[in-house]
Amino acid sequence: MNRIKQKLQEDKKILSIYFSAGYPNLDDTVKIIHDLETSGVDLIEIGLPFSDPLADGPTIQESSTAALKNGMNTALLFEQLKDIRKTVSIPLILMGYFNPVLQYGVEEFCAQCEEIGIDGLILPDLPLDVYKEEYEDIFKKHGLINVFLITPQTSDERIKAIDDASEGFIYMVSSASTTGAKQGFGSEQSEYFNRIANMELNNPQIVGFGISNAETFEQATQKAKGAIIGSAFIKHLTANGVNAIDDFVKQIR
Amino acid sequence: MKSYHADERGYYGEFGGAFIPEMLYPNCEELRQNYLSIMEEPSFKEEFHQLLKDYVGRPTPLYFAKRLSERYNTKIYLKREDLCHTGAHKVNNTIGQILMAKKLGKNRIIAETGAGQHGVATATVCALMGIQCVVYMGEIDIARQAPNVARMKMLGAEVRPATSGSKTLKDATNEAIRDWINNPVDTHYIIGSVVGPHPYPDMVARFQSVISEEIKNQLQEKEGRENPDYVVACVGGGSNAAGAYYHYLDVPEVGIIAVEAAGKGIDSGESAATSALGKVGIIHGSKTLLMQTQDGQITEPYSISAGLDYPGVGPMHAHLYASGRGEFISITDDDAMKAGLELCKLEGIIPAIESSHALAIFEDRKFGPDDVVVVNLSGRGDKDLQNYIDYFKL
Repeated sequence: MNRIKQKLQEDKKILSIYFSAGYPNLDDTVKIIHDLETSGVDLIEIGLPFSDPLADGPTIQESSTAALKNGMNTALLFEQLKDIRKTVSIPLILMGYFNPVLQYGVEEFCAQCEEIGIDGLILPDLPLDVYKEEYEDIFKKHGLINVFLITPQTSDERIKAIDDASEGFIYMVSSASTTGAKQGFGSEQSEYFNRIANMELNNPQIVGFGISNAETFEQATQKAKGAIIGSAFIKHLTANGVNAIDDFVKQIR
Repeated sequence: MKSYHADERGYYGEFGGAFIPEMLYPNCEELRQNYLSIMEEPSFKEEFHQLLKDYVGRPTPLYFAKRLSERYNTKIYLKREDLCHTGAHKVNNTIGQILMAKKLGKNRIIAETGAGQHGVATATVCALMGIQCVVYMGEIDIARQAPNVARMKMLGAEVRPATSGSKTLKDATNEAIRDWINNPVDTHYIIGSVVGPHPYPDMVARFQSVISEEIKNQLQEKEGRENPDYVVACVGGGSNAAGAYYHYLDVPEVGIIAVEAAGKGIDSGESAATSALGKVGIIHGSKTLLMQTQDGQITEPYSISAGLDYPGVGPMHAHLYASGRGEFISITDDDAMKAGLELCKLEGIIPAIESSHALAIFEDRKFGPDDVVVVNLSGRGDKDLQNYIDYFKL
């Protein structure tokens, strides 16, 4: 069974951490994954850097740009990850924009992911209809879960369509924003969290955007299955390097 | 019959579509569901055409360039978009989109700009309608296009520097998209070219199609026929070209010529000739040809002309290229500058450097003496004076 699905069956709130591969240093990828696993994180999203990350705020833009300057690319990331399953068992998701995947070749990309032991992909600019028509079969053939996003503006009808197309979980963007733009949640978010919870979707939801500490993690996971932290973790890496990852995770829970 | 227009889902052949994150879906969907019906509303049409006539100064002349024609032994007509209010064709689209924004109940406008022409055209229509306007412009472009920054400010717009990435047009576009993600309800994004997710390429092409609509009527009057043998336009993102080609796309006897900026030469590493250097990929929500690394990172183009300095082309143009319907020619900085100066001397018209690229094809691309060739003179050269001064040491 896919590691993501297995993890989601556990009776606990999921803490997922995102980082940009190749940041702060080109060769930090494997160490960051190891340390996140040992510090008790449940799921890891490895960011494949892109020159034009239009859904991201300044923090992830900067880590992405820095990673590219360091020399990160798709082939190198696969090379760095080739033995990762010998040492870690945590579910791994690659997250990035569609163009680098398209250039690598979608089929070849998915085959590489399978070989390495990647469990899922998040490609925010690969739209639902194109995925279903052109790529769903390829993803499934290689055992990859494709994670879709919903936002407070997504209509109920579309949420249902996304729920139908999903397996694993739904990435629930907490507010109308780019990553790292907002801190904390207000009444608007509570309403949205309740609305989604009441829809009783097939797939559990994991909340992302705006989660940076224990308090926001707690708020986000009252209704949802878990939460994702990205920008706050990257800021931590920028300030403290890769030797205090455990400190960051312990602050969250 | 095969059509070179967008299909219902915004595809031109394999190009186009809407490759957008879910955060943008409601915005684009609202526009997609409404743009055609709004454009068909009599009140919309009336206001649009009234403003094009009284405010923009349309129809722009179709001018037979006698001395230029003699020089190249063919019949060259210039479509004088340079005479539009604000100095270029850009305003045709911004007039259309500001009216669209009003119909959709939006009270805040955002736009991206490279050289500042689209920013000025957007700031202009926002002033006209009394709507708040924020223009994103790359930090580097702000420094090199000071007069247009001042124009936008005088017109009441806020110019926000794009400080991410390469700090030029593509990054200004990213910033505008991010703004739209953060302001999904009250804001309309006026994209300046036939780029971006569906329905933008089709919507902008329709607003610009007034150019070829007029060419048809004017050519009928002057030559007794609606169709030229060729229609020529420069292509950065490709909005003036889309407008000039629009009513001829499905008329096979009209040759379509697209002129891209070769910069310092196709193989120089400093070029913006996307058809020659680009590969299929996704940029700003559209599947099209774009300049990128092998790894799929979008690269920074170069042209002396800021308006052609875009790493992609609109999906319509990618399809015209891939299908062979369009003939693509690339012109270097040097040849464009020479052609610009030649137009000044022969016809008394100072063209924008973008348009000079289209004029430069006659040196090598020969036409018959009876061929009717319409060149879309997309903008005037006032904004480029400093470039002309520096280049020719005037």
